[in-house]
Amino acid sequence: MATIQELARLVRELEDQLVVCMRCGMCQAVCPLYGETGREADVARGKLALLEGLSREMFRDPAGVSERLHRCLLCGSCAANCPSGVKVLDIFLKARAILAGYQGLSPVKKAVLRGMLGNPEIFDRVMEWGARFQKIFTRPANETLGTSCARFGASLLGNRHIKPLAPKPFHAELPSLDEAPGASGVKAAFFVGCLIDKIFPSVARASLKVLRHHGVGVYLPDNQACCGIPAASSGDLETFKKLVRHNLERFPVDRFDVLITSCATCTATIRKVWPVLFQEEGPEVLERVQALSEKAMDIHAFLVGRLGVAPDPVPPEKDALAVTYHDPCHLRKSLGVFAEPRRLLQASPSVRLVEMAQPDWCCGLGGSFSLEHYDLSAGIGRRKRDQVAAAGCRVVTTGCPACMIQLHDQLSQAGDTVTVRHAIEIYAENLNS
Amino acid sequence: MISKALIQEFQKVVGSDGVFADEADRAAYSYDAAVLEPVVPGLVVRPTTAEMLSRVVRLCNENRLPLTVRGAGTNLSGGTVPRPDGVVVLTNGLNRILEINTEDLYAVVEPGVITAKFAAAVEARGLFYPPDPGSQAVSTLGGNVAENAGGLRGLKYGVTRDYVMGLEFFDAEGNLVKTGARTVKCVTGYNLAALLVGSEGTLGVIHKIILKLIPAPQHRKSMVAVFDRVSGASETVAAIIANRIVPATLEFLDNFTIRAVEAYSKAGLPVEAAALLLIEVDGHPGQVEEEAAKVEAICRERGASSIQVARTAQERDKVWEARRAALSALAKLKPTVVLEDATVPRSRIPDMVAAVEEIARRHHLTIGTFGHAGDGNLHPTILTDRRDEKEWQRVERAIDEIFDRALAMGGTLSGEHGIGLAKASFMERETTRATLDYARRIKRALDPNNILNPGKIIGDA
Repeated sequence: MATIQELARLVRELEDQLVVCMRCGMCQAVCPLYGETGREADVARGKLALLEGLSREMFRDPAGVSERLHRCLLCGSCAANCPSGVKVLDIFLKARAILAGYQGLSPVKKAVLRGMLGNPEIFDRVMEWGARFQKIFTRPANETLGTSCARFGASLLGNRHIKPLAPKPFHAELPSLDEAPGASGVKAAFFVGCLIDKIFPSVARASLKVLRHHGVGVYLPDNQACCGIPAASSGDLETFKKLVRHNLERFPVDRFDVLITSCATCTATIRKVWPVLFQEEGPEVLERVQALSEKAMDIHAFLVGRLGVAPDPVPPEKDALAVTYHDPCHLRKSLGVFAEPRRLLQASPSVRLVEMAQPDWCCGLGGSFSLEHYDLSAGIGRRKRDQVAAAGCRVVTTGCPACMIQLHDQLSQAGDTVTVRHAIEIYAENLNS
Repeated sequence: MISKALIQEFQKVVGSDGVFADEADRAAYSYDAAVLEPVVPGLVVRPTTAEMLSRVVRLCNENRLPLTVRGAGTNLSGGTVPRPDGVVVLTNGLNRILEINTEDLYAVVEPGVITAKFAAAVEARGLFYPPDPGSQAVSTLGGNVAENAGGLRGLKYGVTRDYVMGLEFFDAEGNLVKTGARTVKCVTGYNLAALLVGSEGTLGVIHKIILKLIPAPQHRKSMVAVFDRVSGASETVAAIIANRIVPATLEFLDNFTIRAVEAYSKAGLPVEAAALLLIEVDGHPGQVEEEAAKVEAICRERGASSIQVARTAQERDKVWEARRAALSALAKLKPTVVLEDATVPRSRIPDMVAAVEEIARRHHLTIGTFGHAGDGNLHPTILTDRRDEKEWQRVERAIDEIFDRALAMGGTLSGEHGIGLAKASFMERETTRATLDYARRIKRALDPNNILNPGKIIGDA
């Protein structure tokens, strides 16, 4: 096992990025976790100070720092609001990898990440069994939302209201496609993403319908892997790199013009995290990663920015269905995409967009954060639920399946009759097929 | 080390949720926004009621534990850097707005209320709380009072001091002291509130603040004036005041800052300009239009090469975007940012800008200057890298000289950032030995065990 001095040396490699923080504290204003707890170790400034402390060998035991470093949604609200431009997410992901290397992964994480997620075929198989047997362990919770909760007292689910696994994952419905570009002249690879594949296949269906409607040729390879974010955020670089390499094989860059995803988290991971965590690899693999990463695009941004989809010039009817829109952090804060999903909704005559207060306040899911800190995640989620409820719409839309899971849980727990849709589903329904 | 038994005593007072004893939690309260070495406190406690706060203070006093109150920890002078083995007392569990009185124009708040949230709550009732320090999105009102925070509106509306009508605070023994009132007039006893404002937590622990509110101005108008010479800008400032116009804000950006902002935000600023003035007048619509026209004329008379008056709310936002981006734009250039606030009488601004430029040149340093031209409170911002020891020595010498030049012009060490630890050793230079002795005698009398934020402002009493 490495020594604490060795650990300090590794953390010092982040020094050039760490010193950029001037401790102004402005991250307190936007951090959803700090908003819940008011604890300085929960906000970026505090964590950056702890990492600096680690590099100066200020701590006898890094476990405390590691635990606090994992109390973070990785939503990027701090980075988007940082006056000095600290690359908070890059630092945190690298630091998590360094600490995981020092402390080792927990047995549970090891089993899940290396045993399952890292092997796409095994992962798919396990999830298919899960879909078949989930009804035994769960019972319906909310009819409008289609959520379930645990049937028995104590369960892995805790108090969660989950959106169950789809009876048939998207890849079983449509394993692969390789179409020629249509009228648009563009050929787009479609990266499905685990949550859309296994829980929200309707989003993938809607995405393909939209792409085809606009004359985009679709390249859909089979046997796609996870984008790697659960592994990266646990500091498991081994699994992360294995998944990225797998996807590099599945998506040869010369076969398509753009790589489209309908999952904000996948897009942000491919665009922002892949190149950063492959920096130390040889130039050859880094170049391949960069080439694919640069082609990745959010579906809303692609439709509006590249294909020129514009809002309907005729304002929506007063009796059009009121829908509100929640900004996924990985779209708005990581990629600067917030106008485009709204434009698509405005290009959908059946609905009219009603903004909620603070649409860009994080929903609180944060992937594995929610598994490890459900109470905190739910607390942040309740605030989002209140904002949705106050908007008074029957439908809340968003651009990320992870946010959809959290919205389902929180709205269902509150007994709301609000449905949760992906913005692309609304747009797809409005197209004449 | 603070003993286990003592930690349990604190837990009895504030509950186990309110006591942070872990190394990592304590380390997160070892710094503020000043460029100083971190100091890890022995314990951090978060009381949620006045009763708890009082008992925490008493417990510290009985055990001779140095106590540092912390709001958002955004001050720029080390006022919230604790003592090793000291106790940091957080105020963010005391964050209720207790009353906003629209008939008598005052509000009563707890110290942990966030400045911008309070200002918004007040605005929602059609009233106005003007102090707007740069950190207002996160800073607390308790911290603003303890630091006597300023902001962009100081010239016309004054600073935090001008809005404190009364205070309730705990003395070093945890006894309740009340001063001031909810009335406009109050001469009941010593003006202790005035003593506490700006005392940086060294004389008492605030738990309730009565703040003055004023009616919101009905109308405002903003403009940007571009100058080829710094002296043209500062003459304009003097001429505006001489014409009996008091703008709500009158901000200055030097050439270096203009270039940095333009490189950062691409807002179309004139990068060749020597200086920009950003001016806003507010009040009754008729008066605002009249004053805006006069200000425009004055700018032209003093050689402004162009003036843009904001016609819409969006244009107004655009004017202020440049000012808001100033610190961010500068901060992105180098790792370490030293934000100074030596202040001079406003007529001396051209001299001060020239002095800062000369100091920067002589010490081979990068300094951008922007700030509140209307009240002489400039922010020479030194851009450096603390890890470069040689350069850091030059930075320290430059700061020293900036202080000397400001004092020679009849100015002061700090307009709004406070003395804290960072400037404590310079106090005698501006005042006298007797002034410090006088202050230390007050401190000793009120806090005989020297537990209240020791070392700040007056050094060790």
